[in-house]
Amino acid sequence: MTAFVALDGVSHAYAGVNSALAVEDLSISVESGEFAAVVGPSGCGKSTLMKLATGLQFPRAGTVTVAGEKVTAPVKIAGMAFQAPTLLPWRTTTENLLLPLEIVQPYRGEMRRRKAEFRDRAERLLTSVGLEGQGSKYPWELSGGMQQRTSLCRALIHEPKLLMLDEPFGALDAFTREELWCVIRDLQAASKITVVLVTHDLREAVFLADRVFVMSSRPGRIVVEKRIELPRPRDLEITFTQAFQDIVHELRSHIVKARQ
Amino acid sequence: MNRVEMLIKLSPWLFTIGLFVVWEAAVHIFQIPVFFLPPPTAIAQAFVDYSGPIARNSWITLQTTLIGFGLAVGFGLLLGLLVGWSRAIYAGLYPLMIGFNAIPKVALVPILVLWFGIGFVPAVLTAFLISFFPIVVNVATGLATIEPELEDVLKALGASKLDIMRKVGIPRTLPYFFGSLKVAITLAFVGSVISESVASNYGIGNLMLQAQAQFQVPLIFAGLIVLAVEGIAMYAVMAMLEKRMTGWAQRSGFAQA
Repeated sequence: MTAFVALDGVSHAYAGVNSALAVEDLSISVESGEFAAVVGPSGCGKSTLMKLATGLQFPRAGTVTVAGEKVTAPVKIAGMAFQAPTLLPWRTTTENLLLPLEIVQPYRGEMRRRKAEFRDRAERLLTSVGLEGQGSKYPWELSGGMQQRTSLCRALIHEPKLLMLDEPFGALDAFTREELWCVIRDLQAASKITVVLVTHDLREAVFLADRVFVMSSRPGRIVVEKRIELPRPRDLEITFTQAFQDIVHELRSHIVKARQ
Repeated sequence: MNRVEMLIKLSPWLFTIGLFVVWEAAVHIFQIPVFFLPPPTAIAQAFVDYSGPIARNSWITLQTTLIGFGLAVGFGLLLGLLVGWSRAIYAGLYPLMIGFNAIPKVALVPILVLWFGIGFVPAVLTAFLISFFPIVVNVATGLATIEPELEDVLKALGASKLDIMRKVGIPRTLPYFFGSLKVAITLAFVGSVISESVASNYGIGNLMLQAQAQFQVPLIFAGLIVLAVEGIAMYAVMAMLEKRMTGWAQRSGFAQA
Protein backbone atom coordinates (compact mmCIF):
# COMPACT_ATOMS: atom_id res chain seq x y z
CA MET A 1 0.00 0.00 0.00
CA THR A 2 1.25 3.45 -0.84
CA ALA A 3 0.32 6.68 0.87
CA PHE A 4 -2.70 8.34 -0.69
CA VAL A 5 -2.55 11.45 1.45
CA ALA A 6 0.83 12.42 2.84
CA LEU A 7 1.87 15.48 4.78
CA ASP A 8 5.61 15.61 5.28
CA GLY A 9 7.19 17.98 7.79
CA VAL A 10 4.46 20.53 7.28
CA SER A 11 4.33 23.84 9.14
CA HIS A 12 1.64 26.39 8.57
CA ALA A 13 0.47 29.71 9.95
CA TYR A 14 -2.41 31.85 8.80
CA ALA A 15 -1.71 35.30 7.50
CA GLY A 16 -2.59 38.08 9.90
CA VAL A 17 -1.51 39.81 13.06
CA ASN A 18 -1.53 36.68 15.17
CA SER A 19 0.69 34.60 12.97
CA ALA A 20 1.64 31.91 15.48
CA LEU A 21 2.08 28.50 13.90
CA ALA A 22 -1.12 26.47 13.61
CA VAL A 23 0.75 23.25 12.88
CA GLU A 24 4.47 22.58 13.12
CA ASP A 25 6.52 19.81 11.57
CA LEU A 26 3.37 17.77 11.03
CA SER A 27 3.77 14.45 9.27
CA ILE A 28 0.95 12.04 8.58
CA SER A 29 0.35 9.51 5.88
CA VAL A 30 -2.94 7.81 5.06
CA GLU A 31 -3.09 4.81 2.80
CA SER A 32 -5.43 4.35 -0.10
CA GLY A 33 -8.78 2.98 1.06
CA GLU A 34 -7.89 3.55 4.68
CA PHE A 35 -10.17 5.12 7.28
CA ALA A 36 -8.04 7.51 9.33
CA ALA A 37 -9.19 9.51 12.34
CA VAL A 38 -7.40 12.52 13.78
CA VAL A 39 -8.13 13.42 17.38
CA GLY A 40 -6.70 16.10 19.58
CA PRO A 41 -7.46 18.88 22.03
CA SER A 42 -9.55 21.73 20.66
CA GLY A 43 -7.64 24.36 18.73
CA CYS A 44 -4.81 21.95 17.89
CA GLY A 45 -4.93 22.62 14.17
CA LYS A 46 -7.14 19.72 13.07
CA SER A 47 -9.08 21.94 10.70
CA THR A 48 -5.80 23.30 9.32
CA LEU A 49 -4.85 19.72 8.53
CA MET A 50 -8.10 19.39 6.54
CA LYS A 51 -7.43 22.56 4.61
CA LEU A 52 -3.87 21.57 3.81
CA ALA A 53 -4.86 18.11 2.61
CA THR A 54 -7.53 19.48 0.26
CA GLY A 55 -5.44 22.28 -1.17
CA LEU A 56 -7.44 25.11 0.36
CA GLN A 57 -4.26 26.28 2.13
CA PHE A 58 -0.65 25.75 1.22
CA PRO A 59 2.00 25.09 3.85
CA ARG A 60 4.75 27.54 4.78
CA ALA A 61 7.14 24.60 4.98
CA GLY A 62 7.05 20.91 4.07
CA THR A 63 5.08 19.17 1.34
CA VAL A 64 1.55 17.85 0.93
CA THR A 65 1.01 15.01 -1.51
CA VAL A 66 -2.39 13.64 -2.54
CA ALA A 67 -2.77 10.73 -4.97
CA GLY A 68 0.91 10.87 -5.83
CA GLU A 69 0.94 14.54 -6.77
CA LYS A 70 2.21 17.54 -4.86
CA VAL A 71 -0.74 19.72 -3.89
CA THR A 72 -0.53 23.16 -5.49
CA ALA A 73 -4.25 23.83 -6.06
CA PRO A 74 -7.57 22.58 -4.62
CA VAL A 75 -7.43 18.83 -5.14
CA LYS A 76 -10.86 18.39 -6.81
CA ILE A 77 -11.00 14.69 -5.93
CA ALA A 78 -12.12 15.34 -2.36
CA GLY A 79 -15.56 15.53 -0.83
CA MET A 80 -15.97 17.48 2.40
CA ALA A 81 -18.53 17.59 5.19
CA PHE A 82 -18.49 19.78 8.27
CA GLN A 83 -20.19 20.08 11.63
CA ALA A 84 -22.79 22.40 10.06
CA PRO A 85 -24.59 20.78 7.11
CA THR A 86 -24.30 24.04 5.04
CA LEU A 87 -27.10 23.08 2.67
CA LEU A 88 -28.52 25.74 0.37
CA PRO A 89 -31.98 26.63 1.67
CA TRP A 90 -33.31 27.59 -1.76
CA ARG A 91 -32.56 24.16 -3.19
CA THR A 92 -34.34 20.88 -2.55
CA THR A 93 -32.38 17.95 -1.13
CA THR A 94 -31.79 16.52 -4.60
CA GLU A 95 -30.73 19.88 -6.02
CA ASN A 96 -28.35 20.30 -3.09
CA LEU A 97 -26.78 16.94 -3.93
CA LEU A 98 -26.33 17.95 -7.55
CA LEU A 99 -24.34 21.07 -6.62
CA PRO A 100 -20.87 19.42 -6.77
CA LEU A 101 -21.73 17.97 -10.18
CA GLU A 102 -22.42 21.49 -11.41
CA ILE A 103 -18.87 22.46 -10.40
CA VAL A 104 -16.60 19.49 -11.01
CA GLN A 105 -15.49 18.31 -14.45
CA PRO A 106 -16.34 16.17 -16.36
CA TYR A 107 -19.85 16.22 -14.87
CA ARG A 108 -20.15 19.95 -15.23
CA GLY A 109 -20.11 19.83 -19.01
CA GLU A 110 -22.50 16.89 -19.07
CA MET A 111 -25.01 18.35 -16.65
CA ARG A 112 -27.69 19.03 -19.21
CA ARG A 113 -27.35 15.79 -21.12
CA ARG A 114 -27.09 13.45 -18.12
CA LYS A 115 -29.41 15.27 -15.71
CA ALA A 116 -31.81 12.32 -15.35
CA GLU A 117 -28.94 9.95 -14.69
CA PHE A 118 -27.48 12.29 -12.07
CA ARG A 119 -30.86 12.58 -10.37
CA ASP A 120 -31.05 8.78 -10.21
CA ARG A 121 -27.61 8.70 -8.69
CA ALA A 122 -28.68 11.26 -6.07
CA GLU A 123 -31.77 9.20 -5.27
CA ARG A 124 -29.69 6.02 -4.87
CA LEU A 125 -27.29 7.82 -2.58
CA LEU A 126 -30.18 9.17 -0.49
CA THR A 127 -31.60 5.66 -0.24
CA SER A 128 -28.25 4.34 0.96
CA VAL A 129 -28.29 6.74 3.92
CA GLY A 130 -31.95 6.09 4.75
CA LEU A 131 -33.43 9.16 3.08
CA GLU A 132 -35.46 7.39 0.42
CA GLY A 133 -38.01 9.64 -1.24
CA GLN A 134 -36.91 12.78 0.65
CA GLY A 135 -35.29 14.37 -2.41
CA SER A 136 -38.00 16.93 -3.08
CA LYS A 137 -37.95 18.33 0.45
CA TYR A 138 -36.21 21.55 1.39
CA PRO A 139 -33.47 21.46 4.04
CA TRP A 140 -35.60 23.15 6.68
CA GLU A 141 -38.15 20.35 6.34
CA LEU A 142 -35.49 17.84 7.45
CA SER A 143 -34.28 17.12 10.99
CA GLY A 144 -30.69 17.90 11.97
CA GLY A 145 -29.64 14.28 11.47
CA MET A 146 -31.31 14.11 8.06
CA GLN A 147 -29.59 17.34 7.02
CA GLN A 148 -26.24 15.89 8.04
CA ARG A 149 -26.96 12.74 6.01
CA THR A 150 -27.73 14.97 3.05
CA SER A 151 -24.47 16.79 3.60
CA LEU A 152 -22.63 13.45 3.55
CA CYS A 153 -24.35 12.52 0.29
CA ARG A 154 -23.33 15.84 -1.20
CA ALA A 155 -19.72 15.07 -0.26
CA LEU A 156 -19.96 11.73 -2.10
CA ILE A 157 -22.06 12.46 -5.20
CA HIS A 158 -19.12 13.16 -7.50
CA GLU A 159 -17.50 9.86 -6.45
CA PRO A 160 -14.46 11.46 -4.80
CA LYS A 161 -11.35 9.44 -4.06
CA LEU A 162 -11.00 11.15 -0.69
CA LEU A 163 -13.60 12.02 1.92
CA MET A 164 -12.68 14.68 4.47
CA LEU A 165 -14.96 14.90 7.51
CA ASP A 166 -14.51 17.74 10.00
CA GLU A 167 -16.46 16.82 13.14
CA PRO A 168 -19.47 15.94 11.01
CA PHE A 169 -21.48 14.50 13.89
CA GLY A 170 -20.54 17.04 16.55
CA ALA A 171 -23.87 18.86 16.62
CA LEU A 172 -26.08 15.76 16.75
CA ASP A 173 -27.64 13.97 19.71
CA ALA A 174 -25.99 10.75 20.89
CA PHE A 175 -28.43 8.34 19.24
CA THR A 176 -28.44 10.06 15.87
CA ARG A 177 -24.67 10.25 16.02
CA GLU A 178 -24.33 6.50 16.51
CA GLU A 179 -26.78 5.88 13.67
CA LEU A 180 -24.64 8.01 11.40
CA TRP A 181 -21.49 6.19 12.48
CA CYS A 182 -23.07 3.07 11.01
CA VAL A 183 -24.08 4.97 7.87
CA ILE A 184 -20.55 6.18 7.24
CA ARG A 185 -19.11 2.77 8.18
CA ASP A 186 -21.28 1.08 5.54
CA LEU A 187 -20.61 3.73 2.91
CA GLN A 188 -16.88 3.32 3.37
CA ALA A 189 -17.05 -0.47 3.39
CA ALA A 190 -19.01 -0.41 0.13
CA SER A 191 -16.88 2.11 -1.77
CA LYS A 192 -13.43 1.64 -0.22
CA ILE A 193 -12.97 5.39 -0.35
CA THR A 194 -10.12 6.93 1.65
CA VAL A 195 -11.53 8.80 4.64
CA VAL A 196 -9.93 11.33 6.95
CA LEU A 197 -12.15 12.05 9.94
CA VAL A 198 -11.32 14.89 12.28
CA THR A 199 -13.10 14.56 15.60
CA HIS A 200 -12.74 15.03 19.34
CA ASP A 201 -14.96 12.06 20.10
CA LEU A 202 -12.60 9.19 20.93
CA ARG A 203 -15.30 6.51 20.76
CA GLU A 204 -16.22 7.73 17.31
CA ALA A 205 -12.59 7.59 16.19
CA VAL A 206 -11.98 4.10 17.57
CA PHE A 207 -15.26 2.70 16.25
CA LEU A 208 -14.76 3.95 12.70
CA ALA A 209 -11.06 4.16 12.01
CA ASP A 210 -8.33 1.78 10.91
CA ARG A 211 -5.79 4.14 12.41
CA VAL A 212 -6.13 6.94 14.93
CA PHE A 213 -3.69 9.87 15.02
CA VAL A 214 -3.41 11.97 18.17
CA MET A 215 -2.38 15.59 17.72
CA SER A 216 -0.64 17.77 20.29
CA SER A 217 -2.01 21.14 21.32
CA ARG A 218 -1.15 24.15 19.17
CA PRO A 219 1.10 24.18 17.18
CA GLY A 220 -0.18 20.75 16.20
CA ARG A 221 1.98 17.71 15.57
CA ILE A 222 1.16 14.01 15.52
CA VAL A 223 2.25 12.60 18.89
CA VAL A 224 0.76 9.12 18.74
CA GLU A 225 -0.36 6.87 15.94
CA LYS A 226 -2.49 3.87 16.92
CA ARG A 227 -3.69 1.08 14.66
CA ILE A 228 -7.15 -0.16 15.67
CA GLU A 229 -7.08 -3.94 15.30
CA LEU A 230 -10.77 -4.51 16.07
CA PRO A 231 -12.26 -6.86 13.46
CA ARG A 232 -14.59 -5.57 10.75
CA PRO A 233 -17.47 -5.29 10.17
CA ARG A 234 -17.85 -3.61 13.54
CA ASP A 235 -21.17 -3.52 15.30
CA LEU A 236 -22.19 -0.79 17.76
CA GLU A 237 -22.08 -3.49 20.47
CA ILE A 238 -18.31 -3.51 20.13
CA THR A 239 -18.17 -0.10 21.82
CA PHE A 240 -19.18 -1.80 25.08
CA THR A 241 -16.43 -4.42 25.03
CA GLN A 242 -13.36 -4.28 27.26
CA ALA A 243 -10.98 -4.23 24.28
CA PHE A 244 -12.71 -1.15 22.87
CA GLN A 245 -12.75 0.63 26.21
CA ASP A 246 -9.06 -0.08 26.73
CA ILE A 247 -8.16 1.57 23.42
CA VAL A 248 -10.30 4.60 24.24
CA HIS A 249 -8.63 4.87 27.65
CA GLU A 250 -5.19 4.63 26.19
CA LEU A 251 -5.91 7.35 23.61
CA ARG A 252 -7.48 9.50 26.27
CA SER A 253 -4.33 9.43 28.37
CA HIS A 254 -2.36 10.59 25.31
CA ILE A 255 -4.76 13.50 24.81
CA VAL A 256 -4.46 14.49 28.46
CA LYS A 257 -0.68 14.56 28.03
CA ALA A 258 -1.00 16.46 24.76
CA ARG A 259 -2.99 19.19 26.46
CA GLN A 260 -0.29 19.86 29.00
CA MET B 1 -61.07 32.00 7.81
CA ASN B 2 -61.82 32.31 11.49
CA ARG B 3 -62.75 35.49 13.32
CA VAL B 4 -59.27 36.40 14.47
CA GLU B 5 -57.86 36.13 10.94
CA MET B 6 -60.79 38.15 9.62
CA LEU B 7 -60.05 40.85 12.17
CA ILE B 8 -56.38 40.89 11.19
CA LYS B 9 -57.34 41.25 7.53
CA LEU B 10 -59.71 44.10 8.28
CA SER B 11 -57.62 45.92 10.85
CA PRO B 12 -55.51 48.05 8.43
CA TRP B 13 -58.73 49.46 6.98
CA LEU B 14 -60.29 49.96 10.40
CA PHE B 15 -57.23 51.81 11.68
CA THR B 16 -57.05 54.04 8.61
CA ILE B 17 -60.74 54.90 8.76
CA GLY B 18 -60.42 55.43 12.49
CA LEU B 19 -57.57 57.91 11.97
CA PHE B 20 -59.67 59.99 9.59
CA VAL B 21 -62.72 59.86 11.87
CA VAL B 22 -60.68 61.07 14.86
CA TRP B 23 -59.08 63.75 12.69
CA GLU B 24 -62.45 65.01 11.43
CA ALA B 25 -63.92 65.03 14.92
CA ALA B 26 -60.91 66.81 16.43
CA VAL B 27 -61.03 69.58 13.83
CA HIS B 28 -64.73 70.21 14.59
CA ILE B 29 -64.50 69.87 18.38
CA PHE B 30 -61.51 72.17 18.73
CA GLN B 31 -62.73 74.44 15.90
CA ILE B 32 -59.38 74.35 14.10
CA PRO B 33 -59.41 76.73 11.11
CA VAL B 34 -59.25 75.10 7.66
CA PHE B 35 -56.07 76.99 6.69
CA PHE B 36 -54.35 75.51 9.76
CA LEU B 37 -55.49 71.88 9.61
CA PRO B 38 -58.22 71.03 7.11
CA PRO B 39 -60.62 68.19 8.03
CA PRO B 40 -60.60 65.07 5.81
CA THR B 41 -63.90 66.16 4.24
CA ALA B 42 -62.31 69.41 3.02
CA ILE B 43 -59.37 67.39 1.63
CA ALA B 44 -61.83 65.10 -0.15
CA GLN B 45 -63.50 68.21 -1.61
CA ALA B 46 -60.07 69.38 -2.86
CA PHE B 47 -59.64 66.01 -4.58
CA VAL B 48 -62.94 66.56 -6.40
CA ASP B 49 -62.24 70.21 -7.30
CA TYR B 50 -58.70 69.59 -8.54
CA SER B 51 -59.03 66.03 -9.82
CA GLY B 52 -57.42 66.88 -13.18
CA PRO B 53 -54.21 68.51 -11.90
CA ILE B 54 -53.90 65.98 -9.08
CA ALA B 55 -54.18 63.02 -11.45
CA ARG B 56 -51.75 64.54 -13.95
CA ASN B 57 -49.14 65.49 -11.38
CA SER B 58 -49.34 62.31 -9.36
CA TRP B 59 -48.77 60.34 -12.57
CA ILE B 60 -45.69 62.47 -13.26
CA THR B 61 -44.36 61.96 -9.74
CA LEU B 62 -44.94 58.21 -9.98
CA GLN B 63 -43.08 58.04 -13.30
CA THR B 64 -40.21 60.15 -11.99
CA THR B 65 -39.92 58.01 -8.89
CA LEU B 66 -40.05 54.71 -10.75
CA ILE B 67 -37.40 55.73 -13.27
CA GLY B 68 -35.11 56.96 -10.49
CA PHE B 69 -35.81 53.79 -8.55
CA GLY B 70 -35.12 51.65 -11.60
CA LEU B 71 -31.73 53.31 -12.02
CA ALA B 72 -31.04 52.77 -8.33
CA VAL B 73 -31.87 49.05 -8.62
CA GLY B 74 -29.58 48.54 -11.60
CA PHE B 75 -26.71 50.62 -10.27
CA GLY B 76 -27.17 49.47 -6.67
CA LEU B 77 -27.13 45.81 -7.69
CA LEU B 78 -23.99 46.22 -9.80
CA LEU B 79 -22.14 48.25 -7.20
CA GLY B 80 -23.26 45.86 -4.45
CA LEU B 81 -21.92 42.86 -6.37
CA LEU B 82 -18.68 44.71 -7.04
CA VAL B 83 -18.26 45.71 -3.41
CA GLY B 84 -19.14 42.20 -2.27
CA TRP B 85 -16.77 40.66 -4.80
CA SER B 86 -13.52 42.07 -3.53
CA ARG B 87 -12.47 43.15 -0.08
CA ALA B 88 -10.16 45.77 -1.57
CA ILE B 89 -13.01 47.40 -3.45
CA TYR B 90 -15.15 47.14 -0.33
CA ALA B 91 -12.51 48.85 1.80
CA GLY B 92 -11.99 51.52 -0.81
CA LEU B 93 -15.57 52.38 -1.65
CA TYR B 94 -17.34 51.97 1.67
CA PRO B 95 -16.15 55.17 3.37
CA LEU B 96 -16.91 57.11 0.19
CA MET B 97 -20.42 55.71 0.02
CA ILE B 98 -21.11 56.43 3.67
CA GLY B 99 -19.88 59.98 3.20
CA PHE B 100 -22.04 60.38 0.14
CA ASN B 101 -25.06 58.95 1.91
CA ALA B 102 -24.59 61.44 4.75
CA ILE B 103 -25.00 64.40 2.38
CA PRO B 104 -28.58 65.68 2.45
CA LYS B 105 -29.83 65.11 -1.07
CA VAL B 106 -31.76 68.37 -1.06
CA ALA B 107 -28.35 70.07 -1.09
CA LEU B 108 -27.55 68.33 -4.37
CA VAL B 109 -30.62 69.57 -6.20
CA PRO B 110 -29.15 73.02 -7.04
CA ILE B 111 -26.09 71.31 -8.54
CA LEU B 112 -28.27 68.97 -10.58
CA VAL B 113 -30.27 71.96 -11.80
CA LEU B 114 -27.04 73.69 -12.77
CA TRP B 115 -26.11 70.65 -14.87
CA PHE B 116 -29.43 69.53 -16.29
CA GLY B 117 -31.79 72.49 -15.93
CA ILE B 118 -35.07 72.62 -14.08
CA GLY B 119 -37.58 69.77 -14.35
CA PHE B 120 -37.68 66.04 -14.92
CA VAL B 121 -34.00 65.05 -14.95
CA PRO B 122 -32.96 66.47 -11.55
CA ALA B 123 -36.03 64.84 -9.96
CA VAL B 124 -35.19 61.44 -11.42
CA LEU B 125 -31.57 61.78 -10.35
CA THR B 126 -32.49 62.86 -6.82
CA ALA B 127 -34.79 59.83 -6.51
CA PHE B 128 -31.93 57.67 -7.78
CA LEU B 129 -29.26 59.16 -5.51
CA ILE B 130 -31.33 58.88 -2.37
CA SER B 131 -32.43 55.28 -2.93
CA PHE B 132 -29.40 53.36 -4.21
CA PHE B 133 -27.48 53.22 -0.94
CA PRO B 134 -29.65 50.69 0.93
CA ILE B 135 -29.57 48.41 -2.12
CA VAL B 136 -25.76 48.47 -2.30
CA VAL B 137 -25.36 47.85 1.43
CA ASN B 138 -27.81 44.95 1.42
CA VAL B 139 -26.39 43.21 -1.62
CA ALA B 140 -22.85 43.58 -0.30
CA THR B 141 -23.91 42.25 3.11
CA GLY B 142 -25.55 39.22 1.52
CA LEU B 143 -22.34 38.39 -0.30
CA ALA B 144 -20.11 39.07 2.68
CA THR B 145 -21.99 36.61 4.88
CA ILE B 146 -21.51 33.42 2.81
CA GLU B 147 -20.64 30.59 5.22
CA PRO B 148 -16.87 29.93 4.94
CA GLU B 149 -17.46 26.16 5.23
CA LEU B 150 -19.68 26.22 2.18
CA GLU B 151 -17.04 28.20 0.34
CA ASP B 152 -14.49 25.53 1.32
CA VAL B 153 -16.72 22.71 0.08
CA LEU B 154 -16.99 24.38 -3.32
CA LYS B 155 -13.38 25.57 -3.53
CA ALA B 156 -12.12 22.06 -2.78
CA LEU B 157 -14.05 20.97 -5.87
CA GLY B 158 -12.17 23.53 -7.91
CA ALA B 159 -14.94 26.13 -8.04
CA SER B 160 -13.89 29.54 -9.30
CA LYS B 161 -14.91 32.73 -7.58
CA LEU B 162 -17.48 33.27 -10.30
CA ASP B 163 -18.92 29.77 -9.68
CA ILE B 164 -19.32 30.50 -5.99
CA MET B 165 -20.90 33.83 -6.81
CA ARG B 166 -23.38 32.26 -9.23
CA LYS B 167 -24.29 29.17 -7.25
CA VAL B 168 -24.25 30.59 -3.74
CA GLY B 169 -23.54 34.32 -3.51
CA ILE B 170 -26.26 35.70 -5.73
CA PRO B 171 -29.10 33.37 -4.68
CA ARG B 172 -28.41 33.92 -1.01
CA THR B 173 -28.24 37.69 -1.54
CA LEU B 174 -31.70 37.87 -3.10
CA PRO B 175 -33.63 38.10 0.19
CA TYR B 176 -31.41 41.01 1.25
CA PHE B 177 -31.84 42.61 -2.15
CA PHE B 178 -35.62 42.35 -2.26
CA GLY B 179 -35.82 43.48 1.35
CA SER B 180 -33.84 46.59 0.47
CA LEU B 181 -36.24 47.42 -2.38
CA LYS B 182 -38.98 48.14 0.15
CA VAL B 183 -36.78 50.75 1.81
CA ALA B 184 -35.48 52.10 -1.49
CA ILE B 185 -38.86 52.68 -3.13
CA THR B 186 -40.13 54.86 -0.27
CA LEU B 187 -36.86 56.82 -0.28
CA ALA B 188 -37.20 57.31 -4.02
CA PHE B 189 -40.52 59.11 -3.43
CA VAL B 190 -38.81 61.39 -0.93
CA GLY B 191 -36.13 62.19 -3.50
CA SER B 192 -38.43 62.99 -6.40
CA VAL B 193 -40.77 65.14 -4.30
CA ILE B 194 -37.87 67.11 -2.79
CA SER B 195 -36.57 67.92 -6.24
CA GLU B 196 -40.03 68.70 -7.64
CA SER B 197 -40.74 71.16 -4.88
CA VAL B 198 -37.38 72.90 -5.21
CA ALA B 199 -36.84 72.86 -8.94
CA SER B 200 -39.62 71.75 -11.23
CA ASN B 201 -42.84 72.91 -12.84
CA TYR B 202 -44.48 69.50 -12.60
CA GLY B 203 -45.26 66.77 -10.11
CA ILE B 204 -46.95 66.51 -6.75
CA GLY B 205 -44.09 68.36 -5.06
CA ASN B 206 -44.59 71.33 -7.34
CA LEU B 207 -48.39 71.13 -6.97
CA MET B 208 -48.05 71.34 -3.19
CA LEU B 209 -45.66 74.28 -3.43
CA GLN B 210 -48.12 76.18 -5.64
CA ALA B 211 -51.02 75.28 -3.38
CA GLN B 212 -49.05 76.66 -0.45
CA ALA B 213 -48.35 79.90 -2.31
CA GLN B 214 -52.09 80.29 -2.90
CA PHE B 215 -52.95 79.26 0.64
CA GLN B 216 -55.02 76.29 -0.55
CA VAL B 217 -54.24 74.18 2.49
CA PRO B 218 -56.69 71.30 1.69
CA LEU B 219 -54.90 70.85 -1.65
CA ILE B 220 -51.51 70.58 0.12
CA PHE B 221 -52.93 67.83 2.26
CA ALA B 222 -54.44 66.17 -0.80
CA GLY B 223 -50.91 66.07 -2.23
CA LEU B 224 -49.59 64.45 0.94
CA ILE B 225 -52.28 61.81 0.78
CA VAL B 226 -51.51 61.05 -2.86
CA LEU B 227 -47.86 60.51 -1.89
CA ALA B 228 -48.82 58.26 1.00
CA VAL B 229 -51.09 56.16 -1.22
CA GLU B 230 -48.50 55.85 -4.00
CA GLY B 231 -45.88 54.96 -1.40
CA ILE B 232 -48.02 52.25 0.15
CA ALA B 233 -48.96 50.83 -3.25
CA MET B 234 -45.34 50.60 -4.41
CA TYR B 235 -44.24 49.16 -1.08
CA ALA B 236 -46.92 46.49 -1.46
CA VAL B 237 -45.68 45.66 -4.96
CA MET B 238 -42.11 45.29 -3.63
CA ALA B 239 -43.28 43.16 -0.70
CA MET B 240 -45.19 40.89 -3.08
CA LEU B 241 -42.17 40.60 -5.33
CA GLU B 242 -40.02 39.74 -2.33
CA LYS B 243 -42.39 37.01 -1.27
CA ARG B 244 -42.63 35.49 -4.74
CA MET B 245 -38.92 35.55 -5.46
CA THR B 246 -37.53 34.51 -2.09
CA GLY B 247 -40.30 32.53 -0.42
CA TRP B 248 -37.67 30.07 0.84
CA ALA B 249 -36.21 32.74 3.09
CA GLN B 250 -39.53 33.67 4.69
CA ARG B 251 -40.62 30.61 6.56
CA SER B 252 -40.71 32.11 9.99
CA GLY B 253 -44.16 32.75 11.39
CA PHE B 254 -42.56 35.66 13.18
CA ALA B 255 -42.01 37.60 9.96
CA GLN B 256 -45.54 36.98 8.73
CA ALA B 257 -47.33 37.70 11.99
